[in-house]
Amino acid sequence: MATFFGEVVVAPSRAGVDDEEEAREETPEDREIRRELERKREIDVLWTLKSGASTESSADEPFACSKFIVAIGRNAAAFLSSFILDSVCWEVVGVVKLWNEWCRTSSTTNVLPTDSFCLFYRLISDPTVLLCQCSCYVAEDQQFQWLEKVFGCMQKEGLQVTILSTCPVADYKTQESTLTLPSPFLKALKTKEFKEEVCCPLLEQPNIVRDLPAA
Amino acid sequence: LLQPAVSVGNVGQLGIDLVISTLGMTKVGYFYTDCLVPMVGNNPYATAEENSVELSINAEVYSLPSKKLVVLQIRSPFIKNKYRPFCETLLSWVKSSKCARVIVLSSSHAYQRDDEQLLGTPLRYLLTPDLEKAVGGLMQELKWKEMEKVAAYPGINETEKVLHIPGGGITKLLFTESCSKGIQMAVLLKFCSEGDNIPDAFALVNYLNEWLQLIKSEVSTSNDSTDASSQWKIPSSWRLLFGNGLPPALF
Repeated sequence: MATFFGEVVVAPSRAGVDDEEEAREETPEDREIRRELERKREIDVLWTLKSGASTESSADEPFACSKFIVAIGRNAAAFLSSFILDSVCWEVVGVVKLWNEWCRTSSTTNVLPTDSFCLFYRLISDPTVLLCQCSCYVAEDQQFQWLEKVFGCMQKEGLQVTILSTCPVADYKTQESTLTLPSPFLKALKTKEFKEEVCCPLLEQPNIVRDLPAA
Repeated sequence: LLQPAVSVGNVGQLGIDLVISTLGMTKVGYFYTDCLVPMVGNNPYATAEENSVELSINAEVYSLPSKKLVVLQIRSPFIKNKYRPFCETLLSWVKSSKCARVIVLSSSHAYQRDDEQLLGTPLRYLLTPDLEKAVGGLMQELKWKEMEKVAAYPGINETEKVLHIPGGGITKLLFTESCSKGIQMAVLLKFCSEGDNIPDAFALVNYLNEWLQLIKSEVSTSNDSTDASSQWKIPSSWRLLFGNGLPPALF
């Protein structure tokens, strides 16, 4: 399209589409590159067994889990670090290793708050209570994989999942001014199976949640 | 089956929102897919407190048995390299569920039109050969314009023509796959640009309505044309499409 000054630019579309690229046939080299990239972007979920050794989660039976709390993003992860986690009541039981253009996590469980990491903790007094701190960004194409690999390891009967996340206030759509919103500003979404009381109002239309918390 | 393509201006998706909202369609299921960016929110078609807390995700199916209509709504963009898997899964579902025909609402970049396309109606249709046999005649009666093919090698060879739908997302892929699989598919599209695409959505659903007669269109007394615009119900989720209200402190 032509801009005001007469230069022609390719405008980004909300549709997010680049159909020219999709239409092109893949050469064997393209396929190989794509496969390499896919391999590099694969997510590994590593669980620490009782013996202390790390291993792949694949063939093991799903473990019993009654409550799973997931904190996504640096703010939510920091909230858990400040108010919930401590080395007396909680032990590290797993880690997610992944790479994408924005961040890389490692398989070490000894992390600094400024690192990107994704760790799993278990409540020592009740090992069916699991907690996940995910401060790294999980890319769009990795979100589904993260979901399947993490939830694939747990028993889903009677499982209650709580997801903690943050969004910029600038993204919140409301008729009133965002300057007058109460602080802390909390909103919730819940499935119809969730019967307990929610501690804050539900998220009104037209607001939505996306990415890993949505997945 | 009525569905949108995620395309320029999101016109198809806005159109589908109007159809679901106006006909009061019931949600009957969803696609659990890794091909679309995940998203979740509360019921976008809420009309009251009671029905506003049902969760809604990125690909959901609605139905209206009285009109034998099933609608798929897609609410987020495709993930890279996932167009083809999604189309294949969708079309195999169409076949296995014995769906009679598929109508895709879509759009294409207005700036890519040639001189002739700049004149006249911006609405176009496409029919797969199997559907052409059934409704080709009706299209003639409605005086609809078929989407023109463009030269495969412009400037070099003007005789070889191909179908080109810039900005149409999965439209072309769905259409060409349906042609080869013998699926009865129609594509209804509008030339448009990014911006406030609500009028485009209304134009597209009115176009659809000329064929499917989903809602009654009133004959406007002022200019004798049938215009169903006022009959479509805007969903509550279309509020604040262009941002929040202005803070009073600004003034």
